[in-house]
Amino acid sequence: MTEPALKAVGLTKRYGRHLALSDCTLDIPAGRVVGLVGPNGAGKTTLLQLAAGMLLPTAGSIEVLGGKPATGSEQLAKVGFVAQDTPTYANLSVAEHLRFGASTNPRWDQATAQERVAQIGLNPQQKAGKLSGGQRAQLALTLAIAKQPELLILDEPVASLDPMARREFLKGLMSFTAEHKASVIMSSHLVSDLERVCDYLIVLVASQIRVAGDVDDLLAGHFRLVGLRTDLADLPPGVQVIEESHVERQSTLIVRADVPLDGPFAVEQLSLEDLVLAYMAQATSRVAEEAVR
Amino acid sequence: MMEFHLDGRSGVAPYLQLIQQVRQALRLGLLVEGDRLPTVKEVVAKVAINPNTVFKAYRELEYQGLVAARPGVGTFVVRTLADESLAAHESLRKELRAWLEKARAAGLDDESIEAIIATTVRTPTEESP
Repeated sequence: MTEPALKAVGLTKRYGRHLALSDCTLDIPAGRVVGLVGPNGAGKTTLLQLAAGMLLPTAGSIEVLGGKPATGSEQLAKVGFVAQDTPTYANLSVAEHLRFGASTNPRWDQATAQERVAQIGLNPQQKAGKLSGGQRAQLALTLAIAKQPELLILDEPVASLDPMARREFLKGLMSFTAEHKASVIMSSHLVSDLERVCDYLIVLVASQIRVAGDVDDLLAGHFRLVGLRTDLADLPPGVQVIEESHVERQSTLIVRADVPLDGPFAVEQLSLEDLVLAYMAQATSRVAEEAVR
Repeated sequence: MMEFHLDGRSGVAPYLQLIQQVRQALRLGLLVEGDRLPTVKEVVAKVAINPNTVFKAYRELEYQGLVAARPGVGTFVVRTLADESLAAHESLRKELRAWLEKARAAGLDDESIEAIIATTVRTPTEESP
């Protein structure tokens, strides 16, 4: 458990001339629930597939739970992966999915799988193709949980679910983490969901990591400052401006600050969503500036 | 047994919301000495929240001397907040009235007074008394 859940150094992935992931460095402790956010095409799926060992890096290195992804059966058994849209086999029944899982996974926990199927209210004889989106997602989660992974990777698991199914899915996921002390890395656009379930956040924009860290630390270290332009033009060292907007007399800044902020301006706490949006806006404006040059 | 909920739009960190809800329940007498708090597993299964958040809140409540964890049994309320804070209300209200008179004498209207209170409460004090 002392090995980091994920460690990447200079991790880079190219598809031909397209740079999907550029020089990513991460060190995520074990036992965390990690949220991965960023716009479409930012490289989230690429990062998750590299972590699951479905892709090989072009440059740099990545380790999960202290080993190279997908090298050997022991490493494979430790990591669970639920791909986008929570795929299942349409023609297999729920019970057949469990049998298939049992025959392909050495650490399979059939009792937990059956208990979860009953709890969610799935009919074991039902074909997966006839299940609702929410039920299918719950089946995919059940299969991943019964595998008893130490690290569970989920790519947009709740994107297509209605609010009720989403909440039920997250309840199941959190019960699993509470019981098994496992690590989770999940990508999502729904920052409000991530705010509930994640204690670690990664913002990935245009193939680069913009910020990564403990959610409480991030929230405690970022502020919105509102005041006169003249008062906010000159900030002390240790204050990094992430986003700024100015009108005639007023300035509104989103800053990261390691020092106490004191001055003739209002200091407001940020929500996680505002924080994420500020980093996304910063990255987008930088890309635009570089394009102009 | 109390129940937790989470307000996604409050801007208050989830673990602080849990702490506030326990403190509020203690103040209102919804929780009394000897009551068991829901287990971490019960909370996450009900609220869909990170287990570490619940651990963190319970640790902080323990540090505040309000609850105590009995390994393998649960987390129990050991102190209530109702009496102690009620007793202090009267003198605090007196001081606040005096302060309000000063603020009005200085020309602040109700809106300005509310703004100054809100910003002061939100600003973290550099040195705790």
